[in-house]
Amino acid sequence: MSELFNVSSSPHVRSKDTSSRIMLYVVLALLPTTLFGIYNFGYRALILILVTIASCLASEWVFEKIVHKKSTINDFSAVVTGLLLALNLPATLPWWEAVIGGVFAIVIVKMMFGGLGQNFMNPALGARCFLLIAFAADMTNFVIDDYTGATPLAAMRNGEAVNTMDMLIGRTGGTIGETSVIAILIGAIILILLGVIDLRIPGSYIITFIVFILLFGGHGFDLNYITAQLCGGGLMLGAFFMATDYVTSPITPNGKIVFGICLGLLTGIFRMFGANAEGVSFAIILSNLLVPMIEKITVPRAFGVVKEEKKHE
Amino acid sequence: MNKYTERLYNGIIKENPTFVLMLGMCPTLAVTTGAMNGLGMGLSTTVVLVFANLLISLFRKVIPDGVRMPAFIVIVASLVTMVEFIMKAYTPALALQLGVYIPLIVVNCIILGRAESYASKNPVVPSIFDGIGMGLGFTFGLTCIGIIREILGAGQIFGVQILSLDWFTPITIFVMAPGAFLVLAFLVAIMNIVREKMEAKGKPLAAPSGCLTGDCASCGQSALCTGKKSE
Repeated sequence: MSELFNVSSSPHVRSKDTSSRIMLYVVLALLPTTLFGIYNFGYRALILILVTIASCLASEWVFEKIVHKKSTINDFSAVVTGLLLALNLPATLPWWEAVIGGVFAIVIVKMMFGGLGQNFMNPALGARCFLLIAFAADMTNFVIDDYTGATPLAAMRNGEAVNTMDMLIGRTGGTIGETSVIAILIGAIILILLGVIDLRIPGSYIITFIVFILLFGGHGFDLNYITAQLCGGGLMLGAFFMATDYVTSPITPNGKIVFGICLGLLTGIFRMFGANAEGVSFAIILSNLLVPMIEKITVPRAFGVVKEEKKHE
Repeated sequence: MNKYTERLYNGIIKENPTFVLMLGMCPTLAVTTGAMNGLGMGLSTTVVLVFANLLISLFRKVIPDGVRMPAFIVIVASLVTMVEFIMKAYTPALALQLGVYIPLIVVNCIILGRAESYASKNPVVPSIFDGIGMGLGFTFGLTCIGIIREILGAGQIFGVQILSLDWFTPITIFVMAPGAFLVLAFLVAIMNIVREKMEAKGKPLAAPSGCLTGDCASCGQSALCTGKKSE
């Protein structure tokens, strides 16, 4: 009997990178942010994070049971979605609203469109925007050290001065995961070193945003103001952890840069001219919708193919 | 089932304009912020639909084929104007709530659709029953969406608070535009599940058969139609 195995077509590259391994890396990279969030906002943040993750896992499991699909909760993607969603919620949010957010993220944004790899929009951000519209009051109730106050971004919008150092470390009001820029950057460096993300999307995002702020921020070249805008709100968390989501960002190298520019422009427009102080999550989910078009116009030329000359009439 | 009850059943269940034919989506999504609005919109459309079917069926032999669309529009627009005045006189609050969507009944595709595919080819009495069936189907669809959106978005039904605000936080997204899409999508999904279940049981809910006229060549729903005559 011949020992002929089925050989698939090339390339025959072997790699340890599986979905679950990459998801684990992301969870690892989010740990500093998560721990700082728990330290900053206390046990309520911990409970909220656990509840959100449990809600995501449970809804993925139940949905796949109902539609008789193979269970995919082992790939950790639901954990990442839950964790990212929780980091985007204020610590004071009632737990049942977080549960609704988890169900919305998994069932409606992800599973209804075909599960991991098919969702057209970042599930965690989709759910955050759903909650933001559904429970506007609870979602913007930011408490730190028993003191309810405006987020630094909202304060800046009202023309108040903010302490940039506090914003770097994260001792400010905001959602659980967005306050500490240092913790986020540690996670981002981990992801970049592990090769999970590259700098194209966050880099072009941040540069475009800075240019936009310089032109339209109304403060000219005010380093303090620019740093505060960069460190305030969900920009850092969004740029490194959510805009870089494999499923909902372009795969072409040039497409990633175009995607980042779209994000920077939209975020700038929302922050400067919008009704709210913050606009990162809306910018990201809107740009997610543009991804198929961006990919279409940025297909790289295959090696050896000559560029077609324009025909002269 | 005689042909009159068949028309009612057809309009309310089998070819429900909201959940099966997906007609009249603009008012469906726009006005169903509450059950009362849905019911009001549905009933006013029903009135227009019944009388439009009646008149068009009466005049079907007089209206020349080449100008039938303008003729239908004139009939429908006159009826809508009358309904609008009546609503402004007797239910001013509802008229204010529905606003521009009452005059827009003129261009509601259910009415033109039924005029074109049924009333202009059938006798008067079945046309009236077709109008009643379709109208009630539309009312049923709109009221369902309205009730769900009102309960989730405000904790009320027909303006009566049924969920106490002490423990219930209204999910305001459901009385806003995105909520309409979410609720409609879920109701259509449920309708499709019911359809599949009945097919599995061997009692299929017939797919839209569109007409009883037998003129399949000029029918817009020819592709979906199961009751098509073999040619």
